[in-house]
Amino acid sequence: MTGGSKPAQLEVRGVTKAFPGCLANDDISFRIEPGEIHALLGENGAGKSTLVKIIYGVLQADQGDLLWEGKPVTIHSPHDAREMGVGLVFQHFSLFETMTVLENIALAMNDVRDMAALRQQVIEVEKTYGLPLDPDRHVYTLSVGERQRIEIVRCLLQNPKLLILDEPTSVLTPQEVEKLFETLRRLADEGCAILYISHKLHEVKALCQKATVLRGGKVVGGCDPREETAKSMAEMMIGQKLTAPDRSGTRKFGDVRLDISDLSLISDEQFGTDLKGIGLKVRGGEIMGVAGVAGNGQNELFQALAGETEIIGTPDCIKIDGDPVAHFGPRRRRRLGAAFVPEERNGHGAVPDMSLSENGFLTAFRRMALSARGLIREVPTRSFADKIIKTFDVRTTGASAEAGSLSGGNLQKFIVGREILQDPGVLVISQPTWGVDAGAASAIHQALLDLAAKGTAVLVISQDLDEIFAICDQVVVMSEGKMSAPRPMADVSVEEIGLLMGGLHDLDGDVTLKTKELIEGDRVGQA
Amino acid sequence: MVRLEPRRQHSQAMVYLSPVLAILMTLFVGGIIFSFMGKNPFDALYTFFILPINNSYGISELFVKATPLVIIAIGLSMGFRANVWNIGAEGQLTMGAIFGGGLALYFYDSESMFLLPAMFVLGAIGGAFWGGIPALLRTRFNANEILTSLMLTYVATLFLSFLVHGPWRNPEGFNFPESRPFPDAGLLPVIYDGTRVHLGTAFAVLVVIAGWILLSKSVIGFQLRVVGKAPQAARHVGFRQKRMVWFTLLLGGALSGLAGLFEVAGPIGQLQPAISPGYGFTAIIVAFLGRLHPLGILFGGLIMALTYLGGELAQITLGLPNAVTGLFQGILLFFLLACDVLTKYRVRFGTPAAKGEAA
Amino acid sequence: MDWLIPLILTVITASTPLLLASTGELITEKSGVLNLGVEGMMLVGAISGFAVTATSGSAILGILAAIIAGMLMSLIFAFLTLTLMANQVATGLALTIFGVGFSALVGSGFVGFAIEPLPGLHIPLLTDIPLVGEILFGQDFLVYLSIVMVIAVGFFLSRTRGGLILKAVGDSHHSAHAIGYSVIKIRYMATMFGGAMAGLAGAYLSLSYTPMWAENMTAGRGWIALALVVFATWRPGRLLAGAYMFGLISVLQLHAQSAGVHVPSQFMSMLPYLATVIVLVIISSDRAKIRLNAPACIGQAFRPAQ
Repeated sequence: MTGGSKPAQLEVRGVTKAFPGCLANDDISFRIEPGEIHALLGENGAGKSTLVKIIYGVLQADQGDLLWEGKPVTIHSPHDAREMGVGLVFQHFSLFETMTVLENIALAMNDVRDMAALRQQVIEVEKTYGLPLDPDRHVYTLSVGERQRIEIVRCLLQNPKLLILDEPTSVLTPQEVEKLFETLRRLADEGCAILYISHKLHEVKALCQKATVLRGGKVVGGCDPREETAKSMAEMMIGQKLTAPDRSGTRKFGDVRLDISDLSLISDEQFGTDLKGIGLKVRGGEIMGVAGVAGNGQNELFQALAGETEIIGTPDCIKIDGDPVAHFGPRRRRRLGAAFVPEERNGHGAVPDMSLSENGFLTAFRRMALSARGLIREVPTRSFADKIIKTFDVRTTGASAEAGSLSGGNLQKFIVGREILQDPGVLVISQPTWGVDAGAASAIHQALLDLAAKGTAVLVISQDLDEIFAICDQVVVMSEGKMSAPRPMADVSVEEIGLLMGGLHDLDGDVTLKTKELIEGDRVGQA
Repeated sequence: MVRLEPRRQHSQAMVYLSPVLAILMTLFVGGIIFSFMGKNPFDALYTFFILPINNSYGISELFVKATPLVIIAIGLSMGFRANVWNIGAEGQLTMGAIFGGGLALYFYDSESMFLLPAMFVLGAIGGAFWGGIPALLRTRFNANEILTSLMLTYVATLFLSFLVHGPWRNPEGFNFPESRPFPDAGLLPVIYDGTRVHLGTAFAVLVVIAGWILLSKSVIGFQLRVVGKAPQAARHVGFRQKRMVWFTLLLGGALSGLAGLFEVAGPIGQLQPAISPGYGFTAIIVAFLGRLHPLGILFGGLIMALTYLGGELAQITLGLPNAVTGLFQGILLFFLLACDVLTKYRVRFGTPAAKGEAA
Repeated sequence: MDWLIPLILTVITASTPLLLASTGELITEKSGVLNLGVEGMMLVGAISGFAVTATSGSAILGILAAIIAGMLMSLIFAFLTLTLMANQVATGLALTIFGVGFSALVGSGFVGFAIEPLPGLHIPLLTDIPLVGEILFGQDFLVYLSIVMVIAVGFFLSRTRGGLILKAVGDSHHSAHAIGYSVIKIRYMATMFGGAMAGLAGAYLSLSYTPMWAENMTAGRGWIALALVVFATWRPGRLLAGAYMFGLISVLQLHAQSAGVHVPSQFMSMLPYLATVIVLVIISSDRAKIRLNAPACIGQAFRPAQ
């Protein structure tokens, strides 16, 4: 490879980048050839995003060089990067909700051209690559998949020589993923180099020809994903042998503890999804998974269950241990033994500027009797926080540390621990291991399994199908505010869940036939 | 090259140090301004900040001026903690004075010992009423309380002007725009002979203690802080933002109203068109100077009271315009806000670690 | 008809400072910055303009001084909130408190000074047209400037790439940063434009509206300008209408009194403030509309994430 006839499209040489208190990139080197699909693998916090930002000119490396087509380059800004021919599809989209597709594309173009010409170009690129988009639609009316299409189209318009995709599939259905891959393969055939960042190893195996693995900011290895197993790559990423969660012991399900029936709700969010006739029963001891692409009503469902949204008029549509609670606020639901963990840790599940002590008090003061006569009881409050820290192995300087000073995994352990120690009858948890390192993730999974084993009804809302397959007993899928019928984990496949995520609501009867029809229909639609 | 580097944890030392730093910087800039105005900066600063309190009467006057500032600032700080920006305390103060003072004028020949307590109650109600309007408009109609509470201040001031020019003008008062003097039963007793330190000052101390318990020890205070720092977390656990809007605006209004009543039933003794030299606005600075903490506010109130006394003295002895006080207050608030950054960030010199846009 | 033309003339002069200040604040807010210090910037603009005009004898120099003074004030605000990430609400209040004190201090030497008010245009023939001539062609140039500026801002926001970028920064600073726009720099510029316009509004007050200096002569107009931006739901066209509506309300009292309406003057003086509250209530209660039009990042500090 080295000194070959043709220089690499991009070569990264000894790139180092330090932030206060952490070395995000430590002497990273690798190269991408033209037309190659190259995976950058690593856990959260391995330094992938920092590296991408350096290549895209958002950050500058402290040390090291970038070589573009063999020549050293300095990339001062995204503008420079785009000028060179680097395109980036962001993990968290860089879109403007109240603007149109065309305006969004125009904002990310370097050279100002007139809008009519740009519109023409957009339509051409869409046709060429089969990425239909209406240039005049406002972004807030689009699905997540369509939003990603905007990002891709606006990269393609610049005729990129290197396209970077940062975790592009976390928001897509398996079928959408397949479509994306087709586009990427085609681009690679045309000679575009692709840097594909992911932690989803099945996908990397299916798509990429080379992989560079990062851990703790360092390159720990490279491989050809086609010759590896997902397990072997995962172990490279994590640096240790994988242990599956312990699901031993026979699971016995008790009475229905969380009963949702015909729950409908108009979203009060600006760009929200309405809930339509949701029905679901979760028994004691059972872990129910709610799968689905983000933005299909999961947030609204969580808010309705947690009492952030109160439903006046139909108290019966949510019952906790038989008590109608839909008209109650969060505090009364918690008093009945329910507990909730939202997706966002900072500012939703915890107050970053407050101490862990105070964050423990936040949801537990009633159930754990941490207040008396309207005043905070200091000693029990502190010891409750200490107990969470100890039981769930939260790495911190102590109960008076601010929640915001903890790493994502440790804060998540604290939040989950806070709810579990309150001994809930029903636990609703959203994205339990989102952005959490593997160690913390497996600890959290184990804690949820243990909690269910004690008779709690657990509802896990997750976009991560691997997670749902790892811990759930049954699964339902949300799509456009509707919910499918529950299916036991044992007899459902990833493909079926994928179809449900894409909007098919009834999988009874001849599944295979319907699947076939749908896929065929899809092909027709594309042509 | 100077840059800011986030701290993992707020610096406790800086929480206490930054107001001190701000005061020192204000004094420094103040000295420069004085020398620009052709005064010896040291003389001027001495006149402004030392001379007013080098005798016991001066110190007692400091307490008199600090009383309304502290009472109002405690109320406002609760709101600021919860992201409720009541900046209409001046109007609530005026309404408190009108309500409570109106009672004293209605019973202008009363000798009842119940008059004064009844004035307290009405003063608090008047202020709470005026603070309750922005609360209603915010919770019911989503109207920004910053603008509504401020607009209502203009309305209250004009209303007071109308009263003392019209129906409440003293019939025996040579047509001056002033009310009758309050009856003795409607005046606050002086608690230290030979000074103007009145019952309200003692009340201010009580408010500080109660405010401290409310904020740091009580569940309501906890709710206030959560609503302010993380509204979504508050919603998640069922701390209702609307309730906090009502609570802080009514509390802030009631305390401002009481402060206004204390002014008219204390140092002033009647209603007149101008009953406050902007206490309601200065109290905003006091709240920040005290870092929105009741004990800090006590000190902040004393310091800002000193700028009033110093301003008056500088006007008499140095011929400086009274506006210098306001200028000082504004500069102090700037420096306070600027120094606040030190609690969350470290200032570093040298090459940047991250490409900072603001650098 | 005798009363109508003077009424229209006074409405124009009462509306112009509101229009100037709120046009500036509109741009500031569109970039995601809430500067509540308009009142303070106007006051400092007013005294700077007046002092320079009174000492130099040149109104043009005075107006330039007012613009520069307003920009310097907004620069203090921008430094505190954008560079040091101080709370925007508190800093805006500080700016107003500072502006009141500073202008009073500088102005104490200018109380009672008299200057020539800004001359109105006089275009032969046009200005002499009966009835409409003076209204359309006889104003001083700041009046025309205020209208030109609001139209220019409308064009800028809806038709230019610069306007698109400004809106993008106000809508999502993280996205704008990610695709390579300098959020802080753009916000600095937007804030300084707001300061310049507020300074100009102040100069209009002290040089044209009442050609003299008085402490606190803005009398809450800066705050009303802020309310106007909400009233207009951040759209320049409605801003123009709103400013003139408020101008009308604030001069109505004078005309009502001369027309023999017997209401105490204080109640008439309350009208603009009460109208502001009422208008805010009416506009704000349409939450969906506010949310769709308000810059999503307004008032939020931005620090590029690592």
